[in-house]
Parts: sequence; C-alpha cells; structure tokens
Amino acid sequence: MSYTRRSKDELAARVVQDIPEGATVNLGIGQPTLVANHIPSSREVLLHSENGILGMGPAPAKGQEDYDLINAGKQPVTLLPGGAFFHHADSFAMMRGGHLDICVLGAFQVSATGDLANWHTGEPDAIPAVGGAMDLASGAKQTWVMMDLLTKQGQSKLVQACSYPLTGIGCVKRVYTDLATLACTPAGLVVIDTVDGLSVQALSELIGLPLSS
Amino acid sequence: MINKFVSSVSEALADTRDGATVMIGGFGTAGIPDELIAGLLAQGARDLTLVNNNAGNAEQGLAALLKAGRVRKIICSFPRQTDSYVFDGLYRSGQLELELVPQGNLAERIRAAGAGIGGFFTPTGYGTELAKHADGSLKETREIDGRMYVYETPIHADLALIKAERGDRWGNLTYRKAARNFGPIMAMAARKTVATVHEQVALGELDPETVVTPGIFVQAVVKIDRVATQAGGIKA
Repeated sequence: MSYTRRSKDELAARVVQDIPEGATVNLGIGQPTLVANHIPSSREVLLHSENGILGMGPAPAKGQEDYDLINAGKQPVTLLPGGAFFHHADSFAMMRGGHLDICVLGAFQVSATGDLANWHTGEPDAIPAVGGAMDLASGAKQTWVMMDLLTKQGQSKLVQACSYPLTGIGCVKRVYTDLATLACTPAGLVVIDTVDGLSVQALSELIGLPLSS
Repeated sequence: MINKFVSSVSEALADTRDGATVMIGGFGTAGIPDELIAGLLAQGARDLTLVNNNAGNAEQGLAALLKAGRVRKIICSFPRQTDSYVFDGLYRSGQLELELVPQGNLAERIRAAGAGIGGFFTPTGYGTELAKHADGSLKETREIDGRMYVYETPIHADLALIKAERGDRWGNLTYRKAARNFGPIMAMAARKTVATVHEQVALGELDPETVVTPGIFVQAVVKIDRVATQAGGIKA
C-alpha cells in the first residue's frame, strides 16, 4: 500500500492538534517555528521566546520590523497585548523551574527512550553551538521533537541509542514526524498514529526497532 | 552629588586592564552595546576573556575585538553563525579558547555571581559533553529528590558593557523590549558596569515601580544618540 509523507505544514498542524488551550509553549528554531502559524485564533496559547518574551505574536508586516523585538532565531516578531519582557535568567528559570508546558525542538536523533541529540554533529572540525537546547530539553514539562523520520540517506533518526553527542537524557516525550507520531517511553517506542497507508509493521521496518501500539 | 554619567565612552573604559574578564550584553540585533565594544577596541586592553551569548558576526563589534587578537578566551552558548568566520578561524587554529555553556546555565552562572551564590546544581546538561571540565573530567553531580544535577560555578567579571534605554544619574536603568536580555544580570555580576542609554532623565522621572536595574549595580552611564531599531526609525 502506498502512503504520502506529511508536508512541513501538515506536520506543524499535527503538532498543534496536541497543544491545549492555555498552554505555554516554546518553539525551537527552524521547523518548529511553523507550528505558530497553525494555532487557531480560537485557542489561546502563550508563546515563550528564550531571549525574554512571553506572549510573542506573529511576524510584523513588512516595514514594521523592530530589531529590539526579535525571537530566539533572531527574526523580528511582535508582542501580543498582555505580553511581557524579562531578562535571561528569568527566561531560563521559566524553563528550568518547570513553568513551561511544552517545548517543540528539532533533532538529529532521538532514542527509543527519549534521549535527544540536536546540538552537535561531533565532527572534529564542527563549530559547536548549544544555545538554549539543553535547558529547554530538560526544563519544559514536556519536550516534543518535530523532524523527518529518515535522513536524506534513508536512515532512521529514531534510534536505539544516539550516536551524536547528547542534548539530554530521557527528556523527549513525543516525536512528530512526516510519517508517524510516536511516544518515547522507558519501555521503548509507542505508536500514536501513522500516515494513511503506512502500517505499524512497515513503520517498524523503516525504524528498525520494535514498536508497541 | 552622585553622578554616574560620564561624558564619553573612552572616559568610561579608561581603566580597563589587560587580562580583564568582560561581559558584553546583547542577543541577536537587540541590546548590543556597539559603542562600548568599539570603545574597548580603541582602549587597547589585551588578553581579555569575553562573556557573551555569541562570538561575533562578520568583522564588526565583538568580531573586531577577536580579529585584533585582543581576546584569549570566550565564554558563550552559541558561537556558530553564518558569518562567524573570524571566531571559526581563531577557534580552529587554537588561538582562541572556547568555554561553551548552555544558555540558561550561562545566564544563571552570571546571576549567581551577582547574587553572591557560590554555584548551584542544575539539571541542564547532565549526562552531556557540557557536564565536563575543559580537561575532560566530569563536573560534580548530585542526585536531589531522584533527579540528577550538575554543579556549575558563578561567572564573575571585571567589567560589564550593557545597552539600556533610559537612565538617571544614580544609574537606575530601564531597557527596551527584548534588548533587556543579559543586561540586568551582567550589571550585577561585574565589579564595574558601564551602560549606554538613549535617554538621560532626571532623578524621579523613572517610575520606581518599573526600574529594571537599580543604580547600585551600575558604575558609569554614557548617553548615546538614539539609533533606529524600528524599520521606520525612532524619533529622538
């Protein structure tokens, strides 16, 4: 049976299905940023930006950019009425202190038990950079990953054990991919959904790990 | 009479010594004290340790300090940028020491220094490469209520360079939007803090309920003409 991958927007919309009304959410740089575009206006979700913003709004209209008002990816954003600014130590206290409900991050690899690798390829010549990835991964009440399931070479990014340097241990609760949504548990991967036409058996073969559903 | 306003950047930075640890505020385009960084370059102190979130872009600002060979070590969370080639070259050739710190640990280590805390246990980074010392040995860890934590030490500085928005002669400061970022905590962590402001106001003009950095944390303030950060520009 044939199946179609979720587009990046479809994947973002799938993540949004699981974000409840009233949640405080941090969206990582890159693909997770798309999630904001799919939150329905009827649902009040507070977006946190690690550089010191709570209640972040959408990108400004062209010509209205203010470069004192940017997100963690350093792109101009806006502030919703009720939004607040704060310094970096408070911003990271919001994560570490368990005040942030959900963070959505990209990843190089995630292990079946929720170890995350998303900051460094570990290659000798690579310039390492970590930013807030480790703080978010270990601090938010729930860490979700949003990524393609397979690398361009067709290898699963869901693995038994990460080969890249770790960002956090056992911190990922859910992985949203272009082919399926899975939960990481101490006992391994649990399938939440797959795209139409993709059986759990076929998914298990792609990942190369046992799945429960 | 207390008056922390000084007439020029060069006067504010004149006593900066070789070997100083210098914190520099800013994140992305917001809150970078450009005039103070240029002043530090002109002042000439060498063998500096810089504390910043990043490690410079292109050849301006912080990258100009690196390029001029004035920096021995940088403590930051995210040196890699599309145009961080000055840092990249110095780091790869071993001419610049890097201490890479998760961003929240960086902020809290700075805050701890300012608050007189001798370090803290944090879950961030536990079990990762960043829970190791520069020599590869493991940092101290502790299990607290069933969770593993890593011990992190405070980061003190000789000098902090920060960008604020409004200030009075006692050194009370407010900031503008996300330009606040590291300013308030760096001001606390340094023996000497120099802040730029775009508006010099009389005592009492800042609402005391909304002062963000109380003047006790600030030693010198320099007024700098407003620079447009809004697309349409900001009227002075």
